[in-house]
Amino acid sequence: MTYLAKPKLLAADAPRNALGYTRRDYEGAISTLCAGCGHDSISASIVQACFDLDIEPHKVAKLSGIGCSSKTPDYFLGNSHGFNSVHGRMPSVLTGAALANRNLLYLGVSGDGDSASIGIGQFAHAMRRGVNMTYIVENNGVYGLTKGQFSATADKGSKSKKGVINSDNPIDLAALALQLGATYVARSFSGDKEQLVPLIKGALRHGGPAFIDVISPCVTFNNHAGSTKSYDYVREHNAAVNRLDVILPKAQIEASYPPGSLRRVVQHDGSILHLRKVGVDYDPSDRIGAMNHLQERQALGEIVTGLLYVDSSGQDMHAHLNTVEKPLNQLGDAYLCPGSKALEALNAMLR
Amino acid sequence: MTTPAIQHTNDFVIKFANVNGSGSASANELFARAIIRMGVPVAPRNIFPSNIQGLPTWYEVRVSEAGWLGARGGCDMMVAMNPQTWDRDVAAIDRGGYLFYDSTKPLPPSKFREDITVLGVPLTAMCNAEYDDARQRQLFKNSMYVGALIALLDMEFAAAEQLIVDRYRGKDQLIKANVNALRLGYDYARQNLPCPIGLRVKRADAVGERIMIDGNSACGLGAVFGGATVAGWYPITPSTSVIESFSSYCRKFRTDPDNGRARYAIVQAEDELASIGMVIGAGWNGARAFTATSGPGISLMQEFFGLAYFAEIPAVIVDVQRGSPSTGMPTRTQQSDLLSCAYASHGDTRHVLLFPQDAHECFSLTAQAFDLAERLQTPVFVLSDLDIGMNEQLCAPFEWDDSRRYDRGKLMSYDELEAGKDFGRYLDVDGDGIPYRTIPGTHPTKGAYFTRGTTRNPYAKYSEVGTDYVYNMERLRRKFNTAKDLVPAPILTKAAQPTHVGVIYYGSTAPAMAEAGAKLAADGIHVDTLRVRGFPFSDEVMQFIADRDAVFVVEQNESAQLRTLLINEGEIDPKKLVRVLHYDGSPITARFIAGKIADALNDRKVSPIGQPQRKVAS
Repeated sequence: MTYLAKPKLLAADAPRNALGYTRRDYEGAISTLCAGCGHDSISASIVQACFDLDIEPHKVAKLSGIGCSSKTPDYFLGNSHGFNSVHGRMPSVLTGAALANRNLLYLGVSGDGDSASIGIGQFAHAMRRGVNMTYIVENNGVYGLTKGQFSATADKGSKSKKGVINSDNPIDLAALALQLGATYVARSFSGDKEQLVPLIKGALRHGGPAFIDVISPCVTFNNHAGSTKSYDYVREHNAAVNRLDVILPKAQIEASYPPGSLRRVVQHDGSILHLRKVGVDYDPSDRIGAMNHLQERQALGEIVTGLLYVDSSGQDMHAHLNTVEKPLNQLGDAYLCPGSKALEALNAMLR
Repeated sequence: MTTPAIQHTNDFVIKFANVNGSGSASANELFARAIIRMGVPVAPRNIFPSNIQGLPTWYEVRVSEAGWLGARGGCDMMVAMNPQTWDRDVAAIDRGGYLFYDSTKPLPPSKFREDITVLGVPLTAMCNAEYDDARQRQLFKNSMYVGALIALLDMEFAAAEQLIVDRYRGKDQLIKANVNALRLGYDYARQNLPCPIGLRVKRADAVGERIMIDGNSACGLGAVFGGATVAGWYPITPSTSVIESFSSYCRKFRTDPDNGRARYAIVQAEDELASIGMVIGAGWNGARAFTATSGPGISLMQEFFGLAYFAEIPAVIVDVQRGSPSTGMPTRTQQSDLLSCAYASHGDTRHVLLFPQDAHECFSLTAQAFDLAERLQTPVFVLSDLDIGMNEQLCAPFEWDDSRRYDRGKLMSYDELEAGKDFGRYLDVDGDGIPYRTIPGTHPTKGAYFTRGTTRNPYAKYSEVGTDYVYNMERLRRKFNTAKDLVPAPILTKAAQPTHVGVIYYGSTAPAMAEAGAKLAADGIHVDTLRVRGFPFSDEVMQFIADRDAVFVVEQNESAQLRTLLINEGEIDPKKLVRVLHYDGSPITARFIAGKIADALNDRKVSPIGQPQRKVAS
C-alpha cells in the first residue's frame, strides 16, 4: 500500500496502444488494499489486458459487490464508469446494465464471500442467463474486511490464521460455472500474470458469460501454513491445463508452435484463442470432460488452472431476448411511445 | 309474516359463488359486460383464494345506475353454484333477496330460508342432456346460468349475444355453442320461473365514454407509454399481471416493424432482490426500468432501495398491495405498504410514493413515475392494490398528449463535458438538491465516476469526512422537498355547505369515499374531502389539515399508515387526525366510512356544519 499520489508525469517513451493510450490511462485510484494483496496483481492484469486489447476505457462498465475484491474497480480503469453495489448482488445490477446498453463491455469483479456465500444465487443465475460479461472472482478463501473468517470456498481441513480447522465443504465456482452454462470458464492465480492476462483478454473478447476464478492469496489473513489459498500452497499445487494467447483479428500471427501442440478457437468477434498444450492432453471444448478433469484433479489435491472450457458458438442474453441492435438506453421517444392514436384505438376496444 | 321481496332497478348487488378452476370467470364477466352494454354502470369484483383449482371463489357485481363503483356490502341475489359454501352463501343474502341455484338434486327445506325468493334451474341435468363431454358440461353450465339470469333480471339477450360474437369473432363454432347454452338457460327461466323478478336491469345512458380494464393491465400499458425498456421481475400475487400486460403491450407496440426485434427487455429474475438489482443496473445505465411486486417483495428489496436512494439512481416500483404482514392474505386487498415503502431501507431514507385511485390513474401515474424517477434520480413507488389492480373497473378513457416528451432529468452530455463544464456527480448546482449525472459511455476521458453506496464527496470520491456526509444528507433533504411540487397534486372536493370537518383518503378508497360523502350529505353531515395522490405531501395537504378542526383519515390498513406519515412529516397534532380504518381484506365500503364518520362526530358532539372553530376537536 502506498499513500503517495501517482506522479502525473509520464515517461515520454511510455508505450502507447493503437488508440494512443498509455497503461496509465487504464489505471485508477491508488489501491488501499494491504501491501502484497493478490487483488492488486489482478487489477494490474486487468489494466494490462485492456491496454493490450486497445479497449476504449469509456466503453467498459465495471461493477462489483462488497468486500476487498469489490473495492478494486476503483483502482483500475479510472475513465470507466464503476458501480460498487451491494453485497452479493453485482450480477443482477450488471445484468440490468447490460440489458440497457448491449454495446458496452461489462466487467464484474467479486470475491469468494460475495459470490460463493451471500451472492451464490445471483452468480448462478447470471451464468445460466447468458449475460455477456467477464465475471472475475478474486478468490482468497476468507473474509478480509471483517478480519479473516472462512468463506465458502475455503477447503475442508484448511486452517485459519487463528488455528481453526474448516469443517465445511468448499464450493468450486469454476465447476459451478461449467455446470450452469458459462461459455468461457477459466481458473488462474494472481501470482501468475503471464497466465492471467491472456485469460482476461480472452474473456473480454468472449461474446457470452465468461467466468474466471482467480486464486488471490490474502496476505494478511490467509497466507500461512495450513492454508490452501496461500502463495506457497497455490504455487506448489498449480496444475495448468494449457497456456493461452489471444490474437486480435487484425494482428499478424508471429508465434510458431510445434505441430500438434496448438488448439485454435475463433470467437464471435473474430478474436483467436491459441491454446498451447501443457503436459496433459486436455480438450477445452468438452464441457463434461472439463468437469470430470476438475473433480479428478481436485481429489488429488491439485488446483487446475488455465482455460478450462470455451464455446464460441453460444448465444448471449440479448440474443435470447431478441432485442434490437441499438442499445435500449438510446431509443428515443418516437421509438418507445405508441402515441395517442394507438391509445384511442385501445380505448375503443375496452368499451 | 312474509318478507317483501326486494324491488330494485339498476341498483343491486348480485354475487356468484363458484369453485375456482371451473371456468366461471369468463361467464361471470360476460354477465357484467352485458349490463354495461345496456348503458348501466357495474362494479365487478373477484374474491378468490390463493389456489388454482377446487377452492371457493366469489364474483360480486354491483349494478349502480348512479355510478357508485365502490363495494357496497350486502347481497341482493346469490347465484349459489358451490355446494361447499352453500350455508354461508344462503345466510349472506339480504332479507327479501333472491337465491338462484342448480336444482338438479333436491335439497331439504332446512337448506333454504323463508325470507328469500328461491329460483331453481336444473343446470346439471340440462347440461348432461345437451353435452357428452365433461369439460363442456362444466363450461356451458356457466353460460346457462347467465342465460337464466338475463331472463330473470329482464336484461337484453341481444346485448350478451353481441358480446359473445365480439369475443369469439371469426370462430363461428364457438359463437354458436356459447349462444346456444345462453339460450337454453334463458328459455328455461322464461318458461319455468316468474320472470322478471324484483331486481331488474333497464337500459340507461350512464356509462358514457368510460372503458373497462383492470389496474394491473393499465400499469403495464402506462409503463409502455412511459418509455420503460427494461423490466426485471419475480412472480407474486397480485402483481404478476402488471408484467404480463407490459409484455403483451410491448409485443403489440414495441416490436420493430422492420425485423421483428424487441425494443424492450423483460427478465424473470430468480427473486425480488435480483429483479430490483436489474432495475437499478438498467436505471444507472440510462434505460427506463421498472419492476412490479407486492408486500413480501418490498421487504426483500429493502437494501437495494437504500442503495438507489443514496447512490441516486432512477427506478420505478409498482407495488400492488395485498393483505399483510408476512404472507398475510395474498389474495385480499389492503393499503398496508405505505410505511415500508416511504422509509424503505436502513438509515435515513425517504421515498416518493404515488397513489392511483383506479385503472385510469394506474396508467397515467405509472407513466409519470418514469419522468419523476429520472428527474429526481430516485426510486418512485406506484402504490396500487389488489382491489384496483386485479378487478376490471369502469374508468375514464386513457389519454396521451403527443406533444409530451420524456423528462430524462439532469443528464450531462458529451458536448457539455467536452466544453469543460464542471461535473460533480453529487454537487448541488441548481439549489434544488438534484445533481447532474452522466450515463456510462458518454465521453472517452471525462464524466466517468464511481457509483457507490458508501459516503462520498460531491465529486463522487470515497469519503469518511463528516462534513461530506452532512452535505450529502442535507442535499438529499432538499431534493425530497423539491419532489413535493413534482408529485401529482391532491384533489379537493368541497362540501355543499361550509364545514370545519375534512376527510383525507387515497388510492382505491376513492369510489367508496365519493359515495360516503354523498350519503353523509344526505344525512346533513358535510365534509370537505382531499384525495392525496403523492408523497412527499405538498403544502396543500398540510394547509387542508391546518384549516380544519378535525380531519378523518380513511385507510385500508390497521395501523393508520398515511396518518402516521402526515403526523411525522407535517408535525400535525395526532388528536386532530381521526382514524377510519378498514382492514379485513375486503374492499372498503361507503356504508363503513359514512357510519364511522357519523358515529365519531356524534360521539364528539361536534356539529360538522358551520365555520371552522380553529380548535382541535378531541
